[in-house]
Amino acid sequence: MTEHMNIFEASGLGKRYGSTWALRECTLAIPARHVTALVGPNGAGKTTLLNRAVGLTAPSAGEVTVLGGRLPGSTAALDGIAFVAQDTPLYKTLSVADMLHLTRNLTRRFDQAYAQARLAELGIPLTRKAGKLSGGQQAQVALTLALARRPQLLVLDEPVAMLDPIARHDFMATVLAVASADGMSVLLSSHVLTELERVASYLVLLSRGQVRLAGAVGGLLAAHHQASLEELALNYLRYNPTEVAK
Amino acid sequence: MTALTMPARSEEDDAGPRPVPWRRMAWVTWRQHRFALGGVAVLLGGLALYLWRIGLQMHHAYATVAACHPASSYACQNQVINFDTVYGPTAQTVATLLMAVSMLIGAFVGAPVLARELETGTFRYAWTLGVGRRRWTLAKLVPLAVMLAVATGLFSLLFSWYYQPLFADGSSIPLDPRLFGLRWVAYTAWTLAAFAIGALVGLLIRRVVPAIAATLAACTGLIFATGLYLRQHYMAPLIGRNLFTPPASAWIISVWWTKGGTVISQSTMNQTMNTLFQQIMLAILPKNVNENDIKFYKGTAIPRVLNHLLHHGYTQWTSYQPGSRFWPFQWIEGGWLLALSVLVISATVWLVGRRAT
Repeated sequence: MTEHMNIFEASGLGKRYGSTWALRECTLAIPARHVTALVGPNGAGKTTLLNRAVGLTAPSAGEVTVLGGRLPGSTAALDGIAFVAQDTPLYKTLSVADMLHLTRNLTRRFDQAYAQARLAELGIPLTRKAGKLSGGQQAQVALTLALARRPQLLVLDEPVAMLDPIARHDFMATVLAVASADGMSVLLSSHVLTELERVASYLVLLSRGQVRLAGAVGGLLAAHHQASLEELALNYLRYNPTEVAK
Repeated sequence: MTALTMPARSEEDDAGPRPVPWRRMAWVTWRQHRFALGGVAVLLGGLALYLWRIGLQMHHAYATVAACHPASSYACQNQVINFDTVYGPTAQTVATLLMAVSMLIGAFVGAPVLARELETGTFRYAWTLGVGRRRWTLAKLVPLAVMLAVATGLFSLLFSWYYQPLFADGSSIPLDPRLFGLRWVAYTAWTLAAFAIGALVGLLIRRVVPAIAATLAACTGLIFATGLYLRQHYMAPLIGRNLFTPPASAWIISVWWTKGGTVISQSTMNQTMNTLFQQIMLAILPKNVNENDIKFYKGTAIPRVLNHLLHHGYTQWTSYQPGSRFWPFQWIEGGWLLALSVLVISATVWLVGRRAT
């Protein structure tokens, strides 16, 4: 079942804040078992789309399902999706051990042994307050908490934006390793295109709240005669200027 | 860097989701709010010790006053007056302070529950975990509300004990607006209402400090509106005609005079009564009166003033709530405040979940 389902499906999805449409007319199906990069300039609607996938916002128009037909935000969907929000919010006053315990207590499934082993491997002390960790360590703790939930879908919103190059590399390596070993699907947004080059197998290009391109990376590169994901995205946006929003 | 391989997922995945048990949520609530609850415990504990200490003193002093025989004698009356002068002002300050304490507890515990999550962005974490955000909100608000209810409930018992002598000697009445909300059911209900309002305001304002301030403002307004306008209408007040000595425990709502069927304005009435009072005092006061005894003569002059007025066609009307309505009033106030708290908490939970569906 998990082999062929769509991890994310949107039809006619629109989200309006006041009079501005953050997303409009998005129709999209992302197959499972991919690392999907959600790419686009700032303000393209990436965060809005991800927030919808994890059930944090309701759409103004259209419909979204996740994990093969589940309603975002429903217990069934929450259970299978782990979300690491932008700037990886943790409870700063809680120790890392308490963050683990808190997460375990708020989820149906939590692999405590895995989480502890991974934090030990990273050299992050369990007794340290989350707020006292470096940015890279906080991101790693957030990722560990997410992975220990053994999600079917891992959603990451700008996960590496705040990290230095080494921390970025480590973070992405972990995501890729787990995704390929475990068959976990990943949906991540970023405007750091070079970082996605090595990891993404599926691309969704957003601009001005609309989906411009979507497909497997290999196929898209071949079809548009581009050598890299970065060139593909940049050239596509440059030569296919978006229509002015109605 | 190596990554640990994930263990395979169990078949549990395909089973229907069972909700995360409440028991596990309780740990989270305790872990995240223990400092707030600890603060409440320290504050109420400290105040309780203080009340216990000054309460013992006051009860001890009152035992002497109560033992005075015969109670209606001048010496005994004087003892009561002395007792009230010594202990009354402290007790009133304490009462005012405690009403503020219930608001502060409600606002400082209630407002941050949601506002802090929204302010720091951690709601994105908490609300996307398997527990579900409605369940998460309920699991936070209900245990906190229960703990506050127990703590303030016990505290109001202590306060009721502390204040007992001042009710017994007749210097305070149970329905006094300054005291009513501090005793028994009402104190707990007021704290719960402040807590619930705090939670909702925190959700709407999304920032801790402004939410606390707004909660305090809203609750203060509610307390004053209740004490000044609402409470007296819980049951229709009794109307007394020429009731110059209303029952000692009665809460007098208003007093007015009529003559020949028309209401006389308060200022005219005051003037008339003052003039009469001066005349009668002149007539009854002995030549070399002791400064302390003037009080006594004033006391005897007042009935003469009233008597005079009655013989000249005046009628006095008193609307009041008898002291026997203390318990019905407690249940009415406790009831509507509790209903309000439940309503506000339900609205909060509903609003938290609304964006998910």
